[in-house]
Amino acid sequence: MLTKRIIPCLDIKNGRTVKGVRFEDIRDAGDPVELAALYAKQGADELVFLDITATNEKRKTLVELVREVARYIDIPFTVGGGISAVEDVEVLLQNGADKVSVNSSAIHRPELITELASRFGSQCVTVAIDTKSTPEGWKVFSKAGTVDTGLWALDWAKEVVERGAGEILLTSMSNDGTKNGFALDITGEISRNVIVPVIASGGAGNEQHFLDVFEAGADAALAASIFHFQEVPLPGLKKFLAQNKIDIRC
Amino acid sequence: MKIVIVDYKAGNVQSVLFALERLGAHATVTSNTEEIQSADKVIFPGVGEASSAMRALKVNNLDLLLPTLTQPFLGVCLGMQLLCQHSEEGDTEMLGIIPVPVKKFDAAIKVPHMGWNNLHHLKSDLFTGIQEEEYAYFVHSFYAPVTEHTIAQSSYPEPFSAALQYKNFYAVQFHTEKSGPAGAHILQNFLNL
Repeated sequence: MLTKRIIPCLDIKNGRTVKGVRFEDIRDAGDPVELAALYAKQGADELVFLDITATNEKRKTLVELVREVARYIDIPFTVGGGISAVEDVEVLLQNGADKVSVNSSAIHRPELITELASRFGSQCVTVAIDTKSTPEGWKVFSKAGTVDTGLWALDWAKEVVERGAGEILLTSMSNDGTKNGFALDITGEISRNVIVPVIASGGAGNEQHFLDVFEAGADAALAASIFHFQEVPLPGLKKFLAQNKIDIRC
Repeated sequence: MKIVIVDYKAGNVQSVLFALERLGAHATVTSNTEEIQSADKVIFPGVGEASSAMRALKVNNLDLLLPTLTQPFLGVCLGMQLLCQHSEEGDTEMLGIIPVPVKKFDAAIKVPHMGWNNLHHLKSDLFTGIQEEEYAYFVHSFYAPVTEHTIAQSSYPEPFSAALQYKNFYAVQFHTEKSGPAGAHILQNFLNL
């Protein structure tokens, strides 16, 4: 059976791992390659590296990091953060990244998704969607959750798949950092309505939250600080899920 | 031992190079006929879309060279599918080395088939020391059905070929270079052939 995936996310700034609680308060959680190797050993199914560096040196530093990760890590990984051009993606894939994730740039210019899919294949194109619960429903936000795009989350999810996305990384900004659990309703709704895998992100605080989101229909679940600060150790989490009849690799 | 990786600008070449490096092996990435012919082992990775990959192979006449090779050969992911006969992806005539078709997964299930899945019905030297039900990492939207050339199966939800063999041509649908210690073990088994 295809198993559900557990994906630690490493936020990267200037080559170091950081994690913003609700994307603001940032704490240092170590060396990315070392942390990645630890997660791979503990049974992480994939890794996501999200680059939040904002300097001109950004691209070069990121490529070096991707290369080092690919050299030492023998599980798949996705790279995201500020990717807006076919050339950016080419150099990341050439250096060993398996997938890239695009977010704001795809909202700004949806054709980018199609360009990436036809050039490199849908399997390496993950579209990240940041969504917030509003009185009218779940809407898509950009620029780290500050700008309401006017798009409905479900409509945008369907559109990115139509344009060639091979996977959706769905982050609920309403849940992110709360540790009160994933956004089960919108995750389940999108997962049921698209043919590609959906990674749930935002809100994980304990083992039960992962079980809940897999039962709601997520194909994978992503978290950061609870892994970095060992609040929910990976081996125990996977064992818990297996005991609760979730198909999981452990 | 001389290992070459076939270069046709459509493979996840760097990841395979690093996987070999972790095993203490060195490989040359090349599209040169003599280099490929004289190698002890040939690795043929691939990601992307079938028809454009076939076009890329034709640029250097690799489509004519590869079927003539006699040393142990390993196709990986799209590299496996390219060895088959015909793919439903872009209605593409493939290299035709392994007499197996490539089909699209049923529309009722999620594609790509992405993630870790079990290997079962293992039967080849390629899997020496690998347990039945071991996990490997897959990412693909098309598959080769189970035939007499299948040397490993996986299920999504119906059984399909996780690996194929025809004479000296071995092929795996999963990514050996991204499948943790088990993947490394399978790659080492190939180098030991």
